[in-house]
Amino acid sequence: MNRLMLRLIVTRLAVSLLTLWIVSVLVFGATALLPGDVAQAVLGQAATPEAVAGLRAAMHLDQPAWLRYLIWLGGLLHGDPGRSLVNHLPVSELIGTRLPNSLLLAALTAAFSVPLALTLGITAAVRRGSLYDRVTSLLTVGIVSVPEFLVATLAVLLFAVKLHWLPALASIRDVHTTAQMFRSFAMPVVSLSFVVMAQMARMSRAALIGTLDSSYVEMARLKGAGPARIVLRHALPNALGPIVNAVALSLSFLLGGVIIIETIFNYPGLAKLMVDAVATRDMPVVQACAMIFCAGYLLLMTLADVVAILANPRLRTA
Amino acid sequence: MSAAVTTRRPRLPSTGAIGAAVLAFWLIVAVLAPWIAPYSAGHLVSPTILGPMTWAFPFGTDYLGRDMLSRVLLGARITVGVSAAATALACVAGITLALAAAVRGGWLDAVLSRVLDAVISLPSLLFGLVVVASLGASMPVLIATAAVIYTPGAYRTARSLAVNINALDFVTVARARGEGTWFIMREEILPNLLLPVLTDFGLRFVYVVLLLSGLSFLGLGVQPPYADWGSLVRENMEGLVDGSPAVIMPALAIATLTIAVNLLIDHLPTRRSANDGR
Repeated sequence: MNRLMLRLIVTRLAVSLLTLWIVSVLVFGATALLPGDVAQAVLGQAATPEAVAGLRAAMHLDQPAWLRYLIWLGGLLHGDPGRSLVNHLPVSELIGTRLPNSLLLAALTAAFSVPLALTLGITAAVRRGSLYDRVTSLLTVGIVSVPEFLVATLAVLLFAVKLHWLPALASIRDVHTTAQMFRSFAMPVVSLSFVVMAQMARMSRAALIGTLDSSYVEMARLKGAGPARIVLRHALPNALGPIVNAVALSLSFLLGGVIIIETIFNYPGLAKLMVDAVATRDMPVVQACAMIFCAGYLLLMTLADVVAILANPRLRTA
Repeated sequence: MSAAVTTRRPRLPSTGAIGAAVLAFWLIVAVLAPWIAPYSAGHLVSPTILGPMTWAFPFGTDYLGRDMLSRVLLGARITVGVSAAATALACVAGITLALAAAVRGGWLDAVLSRVLDAVISLPSLLFGLVVVASLGASMPVLIATAAVIYTPGAYRTARSLAVNINALDFVTVARARGEGTWFIMREEILPNLLLPVLTDFGLRFVYVVLLLSGLSFLGLGVQPPYADWGSLVRENMEGLVDGSPAVIMPALAIATLTIAVNLLIDHLPTRRSANDGR
């Protein structure tokens, strides 16, 4: 690690923090557009004017928007994003029970999809132009360009309805054995993996092909190195940075996917909490969930860029 | 140098031609839907709910016993219409801002690029959910939201092209002549941007279709009595376990549209990767 690299990484982290701040303004701004009186909506039409005025003061609704933003941001940073407007529970408590479920789903999906997608992408790159490569390309392009819910519904149709391999709907409430756990998570994890894998396989294939096209690989080929040696010894070590970058970027697709998948399978995760909160217009919950998702997304993007910086050999000698 | 300015007519290979044909088909359906649909959207045609494909009802019947073929044809109007409107808005806004940023440069360019980059770093479905939560899911709100989400992408593409063109001699000449910002944007730079921007429009259109059908699928997009393809999939989800065509057909309709546009833009003269800016 030299100074140039360190400076690039620190700059990248600073940009991420700045972006997260702008995102917080956007999220708060979008939700502050809410027409009508929130206090009135919470208490209902029958509420006395005094009660509405009291709640308005308690929710800081009588303060200007910039002050409310600061109060909200301060609360968020202290781990207290307020209370739900619907069931009056603290938002942190609601999120606390849901976040681990979503993280578990994401972790299982990553563990399942990363090795599989890399194998697909690398083998397709090595046998570029073959029938195998063209079929995988066609499938992955197909999956990338259709909605996540189509991929998920087709997966349910194939594995649960036609083949009866997996149960269509499952509850994670009573999981006691490993076999039970496998059965209940299988369908959501498989559907979500399809969404993430297609992108990851495409990007890792492109990354490795970029390296295979370089002149030092041609040199290795000319001096008579075997195909396995060329790929494993010459191409892969240099493609590793771009591939890890591709993996991190693809994992950010988990986010869009997880919103759809948790809804389809009625999975008690953070995304389902957010979708339900949007339907009931429970703004504190929506805001907090949106910030958690954006922070996670930015974290993956930043990680991808930092890996790209660390893996760039041109920066090492500078 | 803008390699995009070619006079050669694009020759469409077979997959591009297929894409163009499917897209043309859906555009015609979107325009003519009320006249070619066998039944009206709300007409109960059969006592069988979530019925199979038959000669009378080629796409089966939905969860209330309505003709699914008619509902898909009428849904094309909303999916294609709303998405096209949002994409057009996003492209016009993005290109205008990009031209202004490229020609003016300086703080305008810096601030615009920084803020729009932040919008890009929000996952699109999440941004859509936040706006729908506060403003509700009316058609104008959906169109405006999708337009705002995809303006930065259009801005990025157009800006990188415009910056290059801005450095060319004929722009310098125009500036030396004493032409104003608006004239240079409109007369010197815009005509040289149009072809690559058309490709960009197609790409953006696919994202908007995916976003809006995703929102509708969650029940937070197009609201009854209107139904786009995403809402049709949602309404008939209970038919999924029986493999009912009522849930599969609208989903396939979305797939044919988005894949067709992807095939088409892959064969337009300026290829762009389908990966950037999603």
